[in-house]
Amino acid sequence: MDAIAIENAFQEKIDKDLNIEPKDQMPEKYRLHLIRQISQHAHSEVIGMQPEGNWITRAPSLRSKQILLAKIQDEGGHGLYLYSAAETLGISREEMIEQLHSGKAKYSNIFNYPSLNWADIGAIGWLVDGAAIVNQVSLQRTSYGPYARAMVRICKEESFHQRQGYEIMANMMKGTNEQKAMAQDAMNRWWWPSLMMFGPHDSDSPNSGNAFKWKIKRQSNDVLRQRFIDKTVQQAEVIGLSIPDKDLKWNEEKQCYDHGEINWEEFNQVINGNGPCNKQRMAHHIKYHNEGAWVREAAAAYQKHINELN
Amino acid sequence: MTKQEALYQYLLQLGDNALIQSHRLSEWCSKGPILEEDLALTNIALDYIGRAQNLLHYAGEVEGKGQSADQLAYRRPEHQYYNNLIAEMPKGDFAFTIAKQLLISTYELLLYTELCHSKDETLAGIAGKAIKEVRYHWTHSRDWCYRLGKGTVLSNELLQQAVNDLWMYTGEQFEMGAEEELMLKEVIGCDNKALQNKWLEMVETVLSDSNIKIPTATYNQSGGRKGIHTENMGHILSEMQYLQRAYPEAIW
Repeated sequence: MDAIAIENAFQEKIDKDLNIEPKDQMPEKYRLHLIRQISQHAHSEVIGMQPEGNWITRAPSLRSKQILLAKIQDEGGHGLYLYSAAETLGISREEMIEQLHSGKAKYSNIFNYPSLNWADIGAIGWLVDGAAIVNQVSLQRTSYGPYARAMVRICKEESFHQRQGYEIMANMMKGTNEQKAMAQDAMNRWWWPSLMMFGPHDSDSPNSGNAFKWKIKRQSNDVLRQRFIDKTVQQAEVIGLSIPDKDLKWNEEKQCYDHGEINWEEFNQVINGNGPCNKQRMAHHIKYHNEGAWVREAAAAYQKHINELN
Repeated sequence: MTKQEALYQYLLQLGDNALIQSHRLSEWCSKGPILEEDLALTNIALDYIGRAQNLLHYAGEVEGKGQSADQLAYRRPEHQYYNNLIAEMPKGDFAFTIAKQLLISTYELLLYTELCHSKDETLAGIAGKAIKEVRYHWTHSRDWCYRLGKGTVLSNELLQQAVNDLWMYTGEQFEMGAEEELMLKEVIGCDNKALQNKWLEMVETVLSDSNIKIPTATYNQSGGRKGIHTENMGHILSEMQYLQRAYPEAIW
């Protein structure tokens, strides 16, 4: 089949809402788009372990330490499924990590913000994972089979993470004045970056055209962001947290919240490397990846030795 | 010392070993040599936190003064922690963590096998759960000893160095304090001394199968049972207890 015939057959499948599987023929651009998106998603899970890991040794109770460790372990596990899903498209994990280190591959901007007090652990679970779920629920119907199936598994765990994050915030809002102040401080710092997680406004979103046509993406950035805002504002009110947006108000006519303008200047700065933790996150990943090289080499040498014996 | 006081002390020792080892393992989060090992080490840390929680909760009940597991874990002064010094050794490199886990898990394998038959039903129950986890921890560290010991020249050297550096902290595991003698008499606790030969045999087997030599140095450092720690302990506690100490009124 020539390229055009392949593309037509492929699009026909997509239009019938059939999943694309690893052995199916697919346009090169579709494959590359997915590698970019899935590896970015995998890297986000892995880099996200850093701001949360920052509080493990200071978690204030045995239960909270257990929950936090289990959660971070889940995130690492998500990284593993996603790396495997991307590997079905003909790229190795090692190559993806190289692309991360060279800056070719990105990870979610949100993890370039620091986790500064214990309530940040609550805010990350509630807001960051909450925003991620909205996006990932939509991705459960994405056209590439391995990615869609990874999302189904991941969504189950993320909704648990979101609940535990909200529980931390709710408990702190029931606590001492100092705890309430920590919770509000975390809210103030994480709210806007969480809204930015959905990406630019639809009118400014450079990768959306083909993503919709190929049904990689099912719903637009603005639609998903609105869904997140509407559910989260109510949750904040229940526990007495205020949303740091003076323009936020209920729009009776549209039956949703209007919100203030997002600081896209900050968004672009952070995407381009100028966020509070960009350099730190990458340096950490590179340092420990390099420090582990001798372990990976030893494991490979040992395996080779065993294979030779058998 | 009454039987109740001895049991309380005994449970604190067991609980503190789990608590401090979990703390060190949790330091690996996002720092593992491969993602799979990041997950494996934090998984072991999780097992230890669960065990610490069970043991310290029970210690609080036995003491009968209303102290919760968290109060015991987070509010004691340093000299009232009774873990073996080996637990508080810094995480070091991957070889150090693996060697440390092998030396500890081998001991725990023998210890918790015995404690499954404790006359104290609660302790026997905790041991029954722990032993399943310990078997996995032991296998994990044994398999990595093989890989590191027989992998490359460098990995063999690093593992050998780790074993050498840790050796002086292994003997403490087999000491018997007054509370342990009493627990042994009551068929609640275990005879640590009786485990030492079997421990040495098991460790020697794994290490010689990994091309690692058993250190010949005989000096042993101890102090954990008396609450006399290494300089590491204060730093562990200053992190671990930070929020509990800084905001004593807060409930988390």
